[in-house]
Amino acid sequence: MAANYEPGEALPELKVTPDRFITIRYAGASGDFNPIHIDEDFAKSVGLPGRILHGLWSMAQVARAQTEAAGGPDKLKALSVQFRGMGVLEQEVSVTSTVRSVEGGVATVDAEARQGDTRIVRNAVAEIALD
Amino acid sequence: MPVNTSAVGKEYPPVVYAVGREKVKEYASAVGETNPLHLDPVAARAAGYDDVVAPPTFAVVYQSGAVMPGIFDPEVGINFAMMVHSGQDFRWERVVVAGEELTTQARVANVEEKGGMGFYDFEVVTKDAGGAVVCTGIWKMIVRGV
Repeated sequence: MAANYEPGEALPELKVTPDRFITIRYAGASGDFNPIHIDEDFAKSVGLPGRILHGLWSMAQVARAQTEAAGGPDKLKALSVQFRGMGVLEQEVSVTSTVRSVEGGVATVDAEARQGDTRIVRNAVAEIALD
Repeated sequence: MPVNTSAVGKEYPPVVYAVGREKVKEYASAVGETNPLHLDPVAARAAGYDDVVAPPTFAVVYQSGAVMPGIFDPEVGINFAMMVHSGQDFRWERVVVAGEELTTQARVANVEEKGGMGFYDFEVVTKDAGGAVVCTGIWKMIVRGV
């Protein structure tokens, strides 16, 4: 059942807590083995607090919030995101989404993903096909 | 040091990617998908698809092999150690299903320098076996201290 796509309407929030192995699993699934995501010692050696989330995993959470709200993967027509703050393991990620406009059977949705006060995906814009 | 813009417009060889059922399921699980369309071929067939449906962001998997040669191209000149993936756009024409063979080609869309940082955008287009576009991605990289 699709969410209510009216301008200004908030869509259901998605909450997910990445466990300490998620970057290992995502590396294997995606093919992105950059050591900042999978090697604690390497990440610290380049000044990071520890291994960080893949930005594209965080983008996938923003996409999932949209497909779950819209009622299926075929409804998501476009998604644009910016990666800024670092995402960390074992801290809840929440994706919030608000309908900006509805025109010609397409809803434009503004979204972001945050961990606490850190926005890890910002200025996300999704286009949703409405049936 | 100014960035080198001579590579703008450069295209890289097309890369073929065969979408596999177990790979789609592995990716879907890793990003927390619970929709059976991505995980269960029986459910996908019942919904009218030939096999499991790739989550939209699976585009990362079938496009990354095509964009990497651009990121590591000496003519583009990205200092990988100083690079961050700053943004990502995807536009999907339809969903992708396991069993398909996709062909993806990357092109250097833009290179510019602003405030001591280099901005590198790659446009990446994926087509199906019939030559129809299924997904267009813009992969945006920033390099600090160019």
